[in-house]
Amino acid sequence: MADLRNNHNLAPKPSFFNDPKVRSIFYQLVVMAIIIAFVYVVATNTAANLAAQNKSTGFDFFLQPASFDINFTLIPFDRTSYYWEAFVVGMLNTLLVSVIGVIFATLLGFMLGIARLSNNWIIAKLAMVYVEIIRNVPLLLQLFFWYTVVLKAMPGVKNSFEWFGGFVLNNRGFSFPKPMPDETFNLVFIAFFIAVIGAFALKYWARKRLEQTGNRFPVFWASIGLLIAFPVVVWLISGANLAFETPELKGFNYKGGLTLPSEFLALLFGLIIYTTAFIAEIVRSGIVAVDKGQTEAAQSLGLKDGDRLRLVIIPQAMRVIIPPLTSQFLNLTKNSSLAAAIGYPDLVSVFMQTTLNQTGRAVEIVFITMMVYLTLSLITSVFMNWYNARVAMVER
Amino acid sequence: MKNKIVTIALSAAMGLMATTAMAGTLEDVVAKGYVQCGVTTGVAGFALPDADNNWAGLDVDYCKALASAIFNDPDAVRYTPLNSSERFAAMSSGEVDLLSRVTTWTMSRDTQLGMNFTGTMFYDGQGFMVRKDSGITSPSELSGAAVCIQTGTTTELNAADYFAANNLEYNPVVFVDRDEVVKAYQDGRCDVYTTDASGLAANRSGFADPSAHVILDEIISKEPLAPVVRQGDDTWFNIARWTYFALVNAEELGITSANVDEMLGSDNPSVKRLLGVEGDFGASLGLSKDWAYQIVKNVGNYGEIFERNVGVNTPLALERGVNALWTNGGLQYAPPIR
Repeated sequence: MADLRNNHNLAPKPSFFNDPKVRSIFYQLVVMAIIIAFVYVVATNTAANLAAQNKSTGFDFFLQPASFDINFTLIPFDRTSYYWEAFVVGMLNTLLVSVIGVIFATLLGFMLGIARLSNNWIIAKLAMVYVEIIRNVPLLLQLFFWYTVVLKAMPGVKNSFEWFGGFVLNNRGFSFPKPMPDETFNLVFIAFFIAVIGAFALKYWARKRLEQTGNRFPVFWASIGLLIAFPVVVWLISGANLAFETPELKGFNYKGGLTLPSEFLALLFGLIIYTTAFIAEIVRSGIVAVDKGQTEAAQSLGLKDGDRLRLVIIPQAMRVIIPPLTSQFLNLTKNSSLAAAIGYPDLVSVFMQTTLNQTGRAVEIVFITMMVYLTLSLITSVFMNWYNARVAMVER
Repeated sequence: MKNKIVTIALSAAMGLMATTAMAGTLEDVVAKGYVQCGVTTGVAGFALPDADNNWAGLDVDYCKALASAIFNDPDAVRYTPLNSSERFAAMSSGEVDLLSRVTTWTMSRDTQLGMNFTGTMFYDGQGFMVRKDSGITSPSELSGAAVCIQTGTTTELNAADYFAANNLEYNPVVFVDRDEVVKAYQDGRCDVYTTDASGLAANRSGFADPSAHVILDEIISKEPLAPVVRQGDDTWFNIARWTYFALVNAEELGITSANVDEMLGSDNPSVKRLLGVEGDFGASLGLSKDWAYQIVKNVGNYGEIFERNVGVNTPLALERGVNALWTNGGLQYAPPIR
């Protein structure tokens, strides 16, 4: 009896086929089945087609010798190295140009973005002209342009620019002395590491002191001093020796030292210049997005100009800046794949061009290459999202 | 609703199931009315559009010979310019019917890529080009040199082999695009440009001052350049292969585009068989009886093609050398037609 009474309070139960819950589960299952069937068909069809074309397939090529050379590698590589080493070389080269590119593009982008908001008419207009020209010309054209500039404007090997007897610039690239630290020099590295920890401790202490006494401490300059002075003192006391191997002209080229090839310089230059324009716009939009009242409020509190930017404006602007900034970091990394066009041995050039051609494993290699870019992008996104969460406004 | 979804899914699946037809290239070619020929993006003497935007060169003439054999029309060809890194993918995807594209015949390409090489149109070897003022006379003096190379080629591997075998250091600068390679060499990025000797001559002929550059005599590799077809289509393979043999046989028998009509009345049985006067050898290829007559009439014999495109009277100025007929001490040799 009690059951019956309770049922009166419920909505009338629909038939099984009209139950929204059942329906939604059913359609989700159908969609899942279609997706799985699709992936299965594509995979089996590809395998069948490759077999029909009498092509060798599989990933066993990774353990075969590559038998080609690469002119710019971060790890030792020669023609007896394996294809997986070529893959690593390409990936490291991509990472190198991306990381350096991201750092410089961010620094320059912030400067340029602030310059666009400058009260100085010339600075603001120059920044605007830069942004409008650079971001409206395709990157590939810019890369060709910079590469041509590097090749045409730089002197040949015999007429290289030389500075301080070890820094050499010519159309082959930029060579500089290679530091050759001896074993005791490790102490200097340890000292530097300790100094970094010290700088953080100093910052913490200065903050405490500011909160307690209201007195400021010049943390920035003190930290710089600490970072330089402590390692140098350790260096002098320990008697560690830092020799340099300078590049010297022998035969065709400069030998010894370290060399950044012109392809690397052109690519890095092109990527930085291009991405800087976009980051500048993002920074500008971020700053403009902060309400003018915030500036006025900060001024009425008596904050100095630097403090006003650092403590009030930038933290609020960052919330607007970070998400699109992440996209620009991803873009720069992905754009570095244009390197193949100007001969820089990045992942696409080494792996998707040379390796693919010598082994003929097109499907496998294209798949791996896409996975690498996907992984790099996802890692960048995860890091930036973490940072974004940290700087996000805490709602109270 | 459910039926609709299933129908869509099934039709999508069917579309994917439809594999590219790998056999029956001849039928496909006849049906569409032209041969889709993969050529280089531009190498003088082998495949390069002329002032009127018509493709010309040794590789191009081979495509024309093939089209003549099938359609009696040397212009029933469409050309697809391909980079060295694109060429094999274009073949296996069926984008082109054959590759006549200064491609070196190697074992791994023949056995692993699902390709077949039809016959060596041009016996080549890898050489080096340097600036004359560098004073270099032999590749053994190239230690430490920056070397411009096109990626995905046998050139890249040969260079690595050569410099390692001779204990020389070198600095490879590789580009996807051949034009970029040549430009980098001209701009002084490299001391040396290396590719097949014929390719060096072809590129040098396009320089502003060809005499400022020398091609070193030493040849460091065997580069038999051959047209390529897909593996697994024997009919098409036979047509492609015998087109080449017909060109060589025609030269050996003294048949040229000028005298081919007279030759129809020749008493020589070999000539009669080649030109289809006696017997019908075209039928076994799926072609007409006079397939070889059409080739020679429209395009000429091997010697004519060679002299017209890369011979001593062209900017490339190449001697016949190993590409002479076997009767003249060269390597060009074709099985008899009988």
